[in-house]
Amino acid sequence: MIAIDENARDRDPVALADAMGAALQVRADGFARIEADAALWIGLARGCAAGWHDLGALWVDDHHVRMALWDARENCRAIVSLTLKAGAYPSVGLRHAPALRLERAMRDLYGAIPEGIPDERRWLDHGVWPGREHEPGYHFLPVEGNGLHQIPVGPVHAGIIEPGHFRFTANGETIARLEARLGYVHKGVEALAEGAPVERAAKLAARMSGDSTVAYSFAFARAVEAALGWDVPPRAQILRGVMAELERLSHHVSDVGGICNDAAVAALLARCSLIREDILRAQAALFGHRMMMDAILPGGVARDIDAGGVAEIRALLERIEMGFHRVIRAYDQSPSIQNRTHGTGFVKPEYIRQFGAGGFVGRAGGRAFDARRAFPYAPYDAVAFKVPTREDSDVDARIWIRIEEIAESAGIIRQLLGKLVAGPILAAPPPFEPGAGVALVEAFRGDLFLAVRIEDEGRVAHMHARDASWFQWPLLEASIEGNIVADFPLCNKSFNCSYSGVDL
Amino acid sequence: MHILLLDALLKGPATERAPSPDEAAVADLARALGNRASARLGRSLAIREVDAGSCNACELEIHALGNPVYDVERFGLKFVASPRHADVLLVTGPVSWNMREGLERTYAATPDPKWVVAAGDCAVGCGVFAESRACAGAVAKIIPVDLVIPGCPPTPTDLLKGLLALVEGTTRP
Repeated sequence: MIAIDENARDRDPVALADAMGAALQVRADGFARIEADAALWIGLARGCAAGWHDLGALWVDDHHVRMALWDARENCRAIVSLTLKAGAYPSVGLRHAPALRLERAMRDLYGAIPEGIPDERRWLDHGVWPGREHEPGYHFLPVEGNGLHQIPVGPVHAGIIEPGHFRFTANGETIARLEARLGYVHKGVEALAEGAPVERAAKLAARMSGDSTVAYSFAFARAVEAALGWDVPPRAQILRGVMAELERLSHHVSDVGGICNDAAVAALLARCSLIREDILRAQAALFGHRMMMDAILPGGVARDIDAGGVAEIRALLERIEMGFHRVIRAYDQSPSIQNRTHGTGFVKPEYIRQFGAGGFVGRAGGRAFDARRAFPYAPYDAVAFKVPTREDSDVDARIWIRIEEIAESAGIIRQLLGKLVAGPILAAPPPFEPGAGVALVEAFRGDLFLAVRIEDEGRVAHMHARDASWFQWPLLEASIEGNIVADFPLCNKSFNCSYSGVDL
Repeated sequence: MHILLLDALLKGPATERAPSPDEAAVADLARALGNRASARLGRSLAIREVDAGSCNACELEIHALGNPVYDVERFGLKFVASPRHADVLLVTGPVSWNMREGLERTYAATPDPKWVVAAGDCAVGCGVFAESRACAGAVAKIIPVDLVIPGCPPTPTDLLKGLLALVEGTTRP
């Protein structure tokens, strides 16, 4: 155990809203910058634990450890930076558990030591990186009790999904604890981005989690534009919103089908996968790629649509709504499916608040946070939409949040198409000057945070992204407690967390 | 639910006609496989998918192969849950160091005769992740590869053409 600074540990919690006085001016990205000392750092970490503000991200860059914090009620956001002292800083995870895996990951990648961290285990470093080999074993947290047995699953799973290891400890059919071990698809994205031209870093960002490629490109573009003072043409802003909502639609539809399939109702998966295929083909025809990869660029978008394209999107929305309406009715009228989804995979609302879980996981448990609403950005500042919430916090609630968001997304796209002004879709970059910017966008899974720092000549000095799944994976582990092993696929699909997005 | 079933009956199948197998790939495979191709498996291949570091876009398109439009099972191609049941490993990703052992062990667990398909630009040549110190290299650097299907990600049609070529290549006398 690393020595704990006992004095520092006892600092009173500090609310972000009160610390804003110490901030330099709020930057173009909407975030203030706070240079903290150790005392303020610890106070703000304890403020997270007190529930006064949310921990948005924690990363290491340029001899500093940085936290993104926000408080939607007080409408304030800040990046808090602390200079590393001899490569160390006071652990946030010690005071606020949701930071633990973030800190473990940053220690593996940058050697930054979180002093006092209660979990010393490595996270991304599995002991096989060349030059850094060590004993590859991993000690799962102990579970004690009579009649317990362990079920190891993965990293290669039975289905067509990403690799990760799940260690179940069960008593008969009932799960006592699930612990995930991830990091298998760590590709070193941050290291690759270092020194890369902006165009190349954009391609890397678009491939951090392929299913959210539009959201990542959107976040990267906005962060770069904020860093450089790059203005985006209005038409491009609208097209970005259309693409982001299409991505959300396509995943929500296929998730609903996937969850039903895990409750053994393959007919609904078939229906939903037909709708998804319809969307992907339209996207390929309109934006040049089935998943719209690399379609959003810093400065605008890569491809324009004409009046025929607008009509095609409107027709697509009608087909989606008609097809999906039948799926909803079938789900709503099938007690045999609902028997599987009701009460299954319950997440305690206090965990949702503690972890600041976003997306359908958070909203199904009463946390209304949505980046598009909490901190509106173009083009969402110009459209009307509802942010649905539920209280049941189970698989069924997570299905219904998706169903309701599909209707909202369709509404947003229609409004945006009505506002599609004529004009250019890509602006030339301003003269490159060193700068840093961040962006918070709402991906289909939840809020996605991305920070970028740019050096002279338009090269990226550092890029860090925090996927929504960072704060959802731990809740999946908690939600499965007391459920039966056979319901794990159902719960897992209702979360649909990204592996690649958190493995970095 | 009955409305959905009735609708499916009235409208008929959504499944599209099969693309023709990638002829160049068939010829390459016939050459490469040589005498191994004499091990006849009929026209049925069991496929185990292995994500060895993918960003998950390839997985989405492989998933799409199972939708009613592509309906991959009509060709005798079936995704199986274990490498021990598989004839083919369909591998994606730039093989992260953290997945290398998993891939090697999956390959070892697959009974002979077996074929390996590297799907997607990353599996073929590491794609945008080339030069990453966290990646061990393209799939062919880790295990023998019989067929590559490039694309970022490859479309379901690309995947289908490649897999059909594999069926042709492995069953052509």
